[in-house]
Amino acid sequence: MATTDQIIQRCQSLFEDLHFTAAREWKAAEPDRKVVGFMPIYVPRELIHAAGMLPLGIFGGGDQIEVIQGDAYYQSYICRIPRSTIELFLTKRLDFVDGMLFPSICDVIRNLTGMLQLIRPDMYAHYYDMPQNYDDRVGGEFYVNELQELRHDFENLSGNEITDAALRVSIVLFNRNRELIKELYILRAAEPWKVPATEAYLLSRAGMLLPVEDHNVLVESYIKAARSADRPRRDNCKIVLSGMFCEQPPLNLIKSLELAGCYVVDDDFMLINRWMQEPVSETGDPIEALARAFLHHSTKTSATYEPIEADKGQYLVEAVRKSGAEGVIFAAPSFCDPALLERPMLQDALNAAGIPYIAFKYAENSGQMQPIREQAGTFADSIKLWGENA
Amino acid sequence: MTTVATKKIDLREAQKDQSMEKQKEMIAGNFTRLARAPQTGEKVSYTFVPGNINELVMCFDMVGNFPEINALQMGMRKKSGNFIFDAERAGHSEDVCTYVKTDLGMVYNGNIGPTGERLPEPDILLLSYTGCFTFLKWFELLRHQYKCPTVMLHVPYQGGGKITENMRKYVVKQLKEEVIPTLERISGVKFDIDRLREYLRESARAEDDLVWVLQTARHKPSPIDAYFGGVYYVGPIFSAFRGTRDATEYYRLLRAEIQARIDAGLGPVTPEGNMGEEKYRLVVEGPPNYTNLREFWKMFYDDGAVVVASSYTKVGGVYDFGFRHDPEHPLESLADYCLGCYTNMNLPQRVDMLVNYINDYEADGLLINSIKSCNSFSAGQLLMMREVEKRTGKPAAFVETDLVDPRYFSAANVKNRLESYFQMVDQKRRAA
Ligand code: SF4
Ligand code: SF4
Repeated sequence: MATTDQIIQRCQSLFEDLHFTAAREWKAAEPDRKVVGFMPIYVPRELIHAAGMLPLGIFGGGDQIEVIQGDAYYQSYICRIPRSTIELFLTKRLDFVDGMLFPSICDVIRNLTGMLQLIRPDMYAHYYDMPQNYDDRVGGEFYVNELQELRHDFENLSGNEITDAALRVSIVLFNRNRELIKELYILRAAEPWKVPATEAYLLSRAGMLLPVEDHNVLVESYIKAARSADRPRRDNCKIVLSGMFCEQPPLNLIKSLELAGCYVVDDDFMLINRWMQEPVSETGDPIEALARAFLHHSTKTSATYEPIEADKGQYLVEAVRKSGAEGVIFAAPSFCDPALLERPMLQDALNAAGIPYIAFKYAENSGQMQPIREQAGTFADSIKLWGENA
Repeated sequence: MTTVATKKIDLREAQKDQSMEKQKEMIAGNFTRLARAPQTGEKVSYTFVPGNINELVMCFDMVGNFPEINALQMGMRKKSGNFIFDAERAGHSEDVCTYVKTDLGMVYNGNIGPTGERLPEPDILLLSYTGCFTFLKWFELLRHQYKCPTVMLHVPYQGGGKITENMRKYVVKQLKEEVIPTLERISGVKFDIDRLREYLRESARAEDDLVWVLQTARHKPSPIDAYFGGVYYVGPIFSAFRGTRDATEYYRLLRAEIQARIDAGLGPVTPEGNMGEEKYRLVVEGPPNYTNLREFWKMFYDDGAVVVASSYTKVGGVYDFGFRHDPEHPLESLADYCLGCYTNMNLPQRVDMLVNYINDYEADGLLINSIKSCNSFSAGQLLMMREVEKRTGKPAAFVETDLVDPRYFSAANVKNRLESYFQMVDQKRRAA
């Protein structure tokens, strides 16, 4: 049985490889294979998979590439993820990608669709518009038609028909993937010393880069290894991280939080892995099933609309309760409108529930971790103190 | 010579007297209606400019408030800086859109509108979510403040560069299933489609005249400035007046005045009178800066630069490529209107439009005013600039300001940029 270290080492090398060798090799293994990239936060990977293509998560360049050309495409007051993504394209690191999906998350990602349409006219670049109206007859109908269009596009791109049967197989695989990730998060919430935040992060991130079949095996073995591993339990406080759903923090930031005495017991990294709160139905019309799951079982995040005022921010309060966390750390990418506009409303919900929090901003290439570490350390200390005195 | 000069001054006065006065009256009237709403019992809707469905709102006898317009008015009155500061002190990030913060700052300070009268609380937040994600959060924040009902109209983005039947159907369905029933419930007024048709007919009349006015910039010299003057010209049609007789009348007056300027061979009116010789014809992309609008404009007209077409005057509706509100297809045409607003178009479409303007209006080049607040406009503009340059062979320039945050208007920087740009245009001409 592989150890957690061995598994995480594999994930780490996948994460560090910005030439995406694993995906390139997957593509090269058989003629006519195609790769479709996607950006945060959610796309129906099942459809890409059912067409025989590889869904590949493009989550920016992190702190590992120097953005040179990408900066010429963006003003200083725009976040980092689009510029490093452009850099990945311009430096040919993504030259093997045949298509890209840009979900409707914010105006920056939205406009990136058009930029890629101009920069890579040979590539399929699709804006993936999710309904903000969750009524089956209204947003649902629109969404089903959008999914059908996507299905048709993927059939053209891949040259493969997407049968209902194939789509059901994909749904089963991704349901399993979500189930495993859920198990991982439950384990971490219960015994956070067994699943360090950086490991959970790297393991989830590997799911953006590997075929789902491989990722399922990887997560299964990690959970098994982590459960039986003997790791020391520290006197850390438990926190939920909020705001990192798009531009990803540098790995060092996550490490710093742990070193500062925080166990991360829930987070919104790579929400795509956990988007559906319930399994997608594995029977009946698979497109309808994907649409219904999206409309009625999507997770909540800053990038979506909350139709009911009383529910605003309750998802975060719930996350704290469910994971047994003692506080929330808001960490948002600089210049991120969805995360930063949402924050005051979330903070109000936490205030009402008596949950302590701190907030800071980061960029994917932030280098200086000392201030964050100090802030998080003070927060952890105050929680412990407050907890003991309570 | 003397005669001509006198004639010029008279004409400027005439312009002030008629269309401008008319617009002032209309705006003041709407603010008064808003201020009196608590007494008159009129129901108040708050909504956004892009994708506003004013004709429909009018069917329910509601009075409309436009937070974006309040924010820009506060910018022009130099009050936005303090409001932004107050919003930031209350916990809103320095990074986010300053329209939102100006509005919130205004709310925190008693919601006293631009005319000094208190604005009423909304009976309904009509979230016309067109062309900008920030709208979603903005109205969630207002709802958080007012605890009032909200109804959303989600307008899909033209990611593939066209309006599809699925998009149109989705918008119409939301109008039928969500928006109309909610407005009926809030207002107590039953929806009457014939009333809507009547308003749409009126809209189309005003739209014809607006387009006529905007296209007069093809003349040399252009009788209008389609950016600095343009922001005033689009005022009525972008806000609470589209579909009203007042708007039709406003555009009729404006059209007559511009016709008179053409007949007299005059250029645009500026805050300092008639513009001198037209030396540069520009297309501008992006919203203006409102805190220093006059100063910004002066940098143009002092150097003989006139804006012959702008994208900003299309955020509240693109009419110059043929679209008109259509009383025969009322809900569908409202849907097409919303779907067609400028910031709901994808980047290749926006590039096409700017290229088209440069060619059609025989412009010397493109100027982008990139707005710090506005990701919807700004993300991608540097690439757009290069594309437009490549396709037209005309020089482009890039300046950075903000809509209403005075901290981001550096007059010296903007002026330097503009001057080197004008020199570039000169060089290009000499080389040609
Ligand atoms: S980090 Fe925020 S602003 Fe930037 S692309 Fe992602 S969601 Fe949009
Ligand atoms: S981001 Fe731009 S379009 Fe959106 S509210 Fe702000 S200024 Fe308006």
